[in-house]
Amino acid sequence: MSVVTVRLFASYAELFGGPTLDIPLENGDTVGDLLEKVRTLPAASQLPRDPLVAVNRTFATADSPVTPGDEVALIPPVAGG
Amino acid sequence: MIRSAIVDRPISAAALIAEVSATGSGAISLFLGTVRDTNEGRPVSGLDYSAYIAMAEAELARILGEASERFDAPSLVVEHRVGSLALGEVSVGIAASHAHRSPALGAVGYMIEEIKKRLPIWKMERYSDGTQEWVENAQARADAGVTLPPSQ
Repeated sequence: MSVVTVRLFASYAELFGGPTLDIPLENGDTVGDLLEKVRTLPAASQLPRDPLVAVNRTFATADSPVTPGDEVALIPPVAGG
Repeated sequence: MIRSAIVDRPISAAALIAEVSATGSGAISLFLGTVRDTNEGRPVSGLDYSAYIAMAEAELARILGEASERFDAPSLVVEHRVGSLALGEVSVGIAASHAHRSPALGAVGYMIEEIKKRLPIWKMERYSDGTQEWVENAQARADAGVTLPPSQ
């Protein structure tokens, strides 16, 4: 089993108290599986029901695969422009 | 000319216009997003923009490519600023030029709407009473990932 480092930004970095989360990663895990594991953390109760996730700098869906070495990020509601 | 960038210095409208100017252009269109002094009735003193820079650069380039395809390849340049901005400063500048006005106007409009929906950039609004808050775009889509094909 390996670990994936999930990058956090803005309100999510404040929520979890840091710029990253290390989440255990099993073979065949998807973004949905990863989010389930994130939800076991106490601070996660304040996350929206379906937070945006990016894998390798592109928006992902719940069934997107996550493999060791992927760059994963939780994306708070955006406010560009 | 096609260029997109996340910058941490003031944005110059004149410089963006100069970049897309060409004698073949019949139209130049410009959009500037600026820091407003009120939001929902509260007096704002400034904005702090932060970004997932690597992804914002990639997503901005994608938006640029889409605009180019949809609006007959105008000359396009866009800069989004990050850092602390004061009232009246420019947060985003978009310039487009084309032989004709419709693609120039359309490309700029498309780009600002997509930027507001998709760009991984966040805004901390600072108020005159000393408080501050993260603000969300009304246009921020919960399904921002829907622009991608569903994974197999």
